[in-house]
Amino acid sequence: MGSQMPKVTVDGTELEVPAGATVLQACELAGKEIPRFCYHERLSIAGNCRMCLVEVSPGPPKPQASCALPATEGQVIKTDSEMVKKAREGVMEFLLINHPLDCPICDQGGECDLQDQSVAYGRGASRYDENKRAVTDKYMGPLIKTTMTRCIHCTRCVRFSEEVAGVDEIGALYRGENMQISTYLEHAAKHELSANVIDLCPVGALTSRPYAFEARPWELKKTLSIDVSDAIGANVRVDARGREVLRILPRVNDDVNEEWLSDKGRFQVDGLTKRRLDRPWIRRDGKLTPATWAEAFAAVASINPGSSIAAVAGDLVDCETMFAAKALLGALGSSLLEGRQTGMSYPADNLAAVNFNTTLAGIEIADAVLIVGSHIRWEAALLNARLRKAVKRGARVFVVGPEYDLTYKAEFLGDDAALLGKLPGHVSEAFGAAKRPAIIIGGAGLAKGALGPALALAEQWNLVRTLDDGTAWNGFNVLHMAASRMGGLMLGYAQAGGIADLVAAKPKLVLSLGADEVDYTRFAGSMVVYIGHHGDKGAHAADIILPGSAYTEKAGTYVNTEGRVQYAEKAVFAPGDAREDWTILRALADAFGVSVGFDSFEELRAAMVAAVPALGVEGLADYGALPQADKKATAEGTITYPIKDFYLTNPIARASATMQRCSAELLHGEDFAEAAE
Amino acid sequence: MADRHIEPDSPELRARWGNWAWTPDNAAKAQEIIARYPEGRQRSAVMPLLDLAQRQVGAETNTQGWLPIPVMEKIAAQLDMPIIRVVEVATFYTMYNLVPVGRFHVQVCGTTPCMLRGSDDLIKACHQRGMKPGHTTADGLWTFTEVECMGNCASAPMVQINDDNYEDLTAERLNTVLDALARGEQPKTGTQEPGRHTVEPVGALSSLTAMVSENHDYRGEW
Repeated sequence: MGSQMPKVTVDGTELEVPAGATVLQACELAGKEIPRFCYHERLSIAGNCRMCLVEVSPGPPKPQASCALPATEGQVIKTDSEMVKKAREGVMEFLLINHPLDCPICDQGGECDLQDQSVAYGRGASRYDENKRAVTDKYMGPLIKTTMTRCIHCTRCVRFSEEVAGVDEIGALYRGENMQISTYLEHAAKHELSANVIDLCPVGALTSRPYAFEARPWELKKTLSIDVSDAIGANVRVDARGREVLRILPRVNDDVNEEWLSDKGRFQVDGLTKRRLDRPWIRRDGKLTPATWAEAFAAVASINPGSSIAAVAGDLVDCETMFAAKALLGALGSSLLEGRQTGMSYPADNLAAVNFNTTLAGIEIADAVLIVGSHIRWEAALLNARLRKAVKRGARVFVVGPEYDLTYKAEFLGDDAALLGKLPGHVSEAFGAAKRPAIIIGGAGLAKGALGPALALAEQWNLVRTLDDGTAWNGFNVLHMAASRMGGLMLGYAQAGGIADLVAAKPKLVLSLGADEVDYTRFAGSMVVYIGHHGDKGAHAADIILPGSAYTEKAGTYVNTEGRVQYAEKAVFAPGDAREDWTILRALADAFGVSVGFDSFEELRAAMVAAVPALGVEGLADYGALPQADKKATAEGTITYPIKDFYLTNPIARASATMQRCSAELLHGEDFAEAAE
Repeated sequence: MADRHIEPDSPELRARWGNWAWTPDNAAKAQEIIARYPEGRQRSAVMPLLDLAQRQVGAETNTQGWLPIPVMEKIAAQLDMPIIRVVEVATFYTMYNLVPVGRFHVQVCGTTPCMLRGSDDLIKACHQRGMKPGHTTADGLWTFTEVECMGNCASAPMVQINDDNYEDLTAERLNTVLDALARGEQPKTGTQEPGRHTVEPVGALSSLTAMVSENHDYRGEW
């Protein structure tokens, strides 16, 4: 046996299951639904809810917990016998003994595992008429609302925070009937993936605090979208009622976000309704005043820039918007496009050199990782969960940059970028011996010129290789922070000298596509036309504001940091007079009297795909081979991470009351008294 | 049991216990305990260390000892493990006291064998001395808990006081023990039945009589 595939019989059907599979997995492979609460595919097996009982022979003549029982050759499993039915009813009845009957006022109602499974597998009524146990609620921070009386002690949240997030902060205190789930001394959960326990909780014990009592799941329109809060491109579902987005939940995509989502991607949602630009504004006598679209277009047209126009793309924009702006500038005779708002100027002629080539899923099997200038937890929280898995498998991680808690064992080598040229001997040795070595360059590394020396290391350490099993391995990675970055680079939003080239060209008109991180004082002589959705830094510096759409209000193409092309759909309409960005750019073409060659979104996307075919194919774009390394390239300077506040990195998050509170409470230690409920 | 809770984290608690450290003797003992476990498995030492800490706190406060939060934090730091894991262990096992206790922790077993043999009388005797479940008496001498089976059914009813068991009790015998303890004396531990040494049968053997002189195989008679 051993590595052979065991053959089992499930309800009379014989099938082969992978070696190491559990009985529960075997039943699922046979197409049988096994109810469960504690078992979760991505967490360790606990076996404490007992809901997954099945009848197995050979074995003791009693029901077995299928989640913790290995499938072995010749097993006969029954999931539909009288014994199983009675066992499930019994477990269900016990679970419900202490569970309150407060479904009508519970936010989990309608999407509750306990509710669904008690309907499907319960016995219909309780025979228990003693007092129920009551548990005091625990404070778990600004994102997680607790109603601990509802807890059924599955310990999924405990296992998630220990195993996936790597921050041991939730535990099961006391024992037996008195067991309580709590954070240590009821401190707020302090990590970037904390809110995933809300999804994991099979009952209504942990629910979303900002979304409390907002809506019922059946009222919501569900739209598939892509998260823009970082460059990971997490797959999300946007739940909206009417014109308002009420919540954002992760979707399962094993290649990208597994089934997790960072707290920012999930909870910046309330920022979508605050500080919105819902009408055009024109600066008159130094003051922004409301205007109509006709007035705004007339004002833009009157600038009459000719080819003296530049465009800066913000961090959240989709490829269609960037392509429409590129087409507009092209029609006017300009190619002054830039997306790297903070002035970075790494070469972008070979995109393989600025891509996360190992892929997010692939980095899990790396066995030596050198991180250069990246605060991974804040820049890509979901990647950190992947790296944690790699470390659990035995990978060694080295970091060049200021120290911070990665949640796993890593060696900090120092914060001088010049270290790349003179790495300590044991690091080179580790990489020489590694089978699947990888380098990750973060934004702070790029800013200090780490790209050149890192490419040299890639050649020296042979990061691009064929593995023993014949698969290709590319261990060279750049980790971006902006959802628009890879798409922007594919569309040519990169000048050789970075944004300085735009400044030097002294354009009459700067078209700002939601660019809020630009130092606009350098464009003092230019008219700034801001197309965006939030009244943030970019809008403050603008001369004319044309209200656009946030990512939930337009369909769009996004390319994540590993070069994965993904499509988002439109969930709601933009507020007030705001329009989808591409229509504004299309109308600007009319205002300038030029033709951009598209009149509909379909035509725009077709033109974009014609120009950059990779954007038309969902999945990883092929950027070819890494460029030749410049042996003389050196990096220097002290690395400082660009993100100072994880919760406030983009205009939507900055407008979000939830994110502001997270920042104040979790990062700056402010106390928020619990309002009496 | 049901009202077990952790002593709240207050400035007073921090002031009293924030600077807690092992005594030199116990520091050496802690090192010895940790060294029993393989490299990288130091966390296994959490239970003996919590016990050692509780005893040290007991010596410092002249009580049975308990585990203030800063002490648990200290142990977590020493074993390089998350504090929540230490608290999980401390809250799970009832032998760790989570709140201050008195000089003597009187744990009366009230499970069926002891109850049948008169544990209700023992509980009443304790109540008459002012002990209430989960509380410490005003003089700081007694903390009373009713517990489940302590495994002394053959010499029921029994009471555990700090590290010692007192068995074959009646209310009168219990009062004698408690009086002795209150005077600072150490009463005889174990069974209080005159003539009995441990849990050997009282009087003649009533079962397995054929085993007295030789090893008898009963299986054929089942």
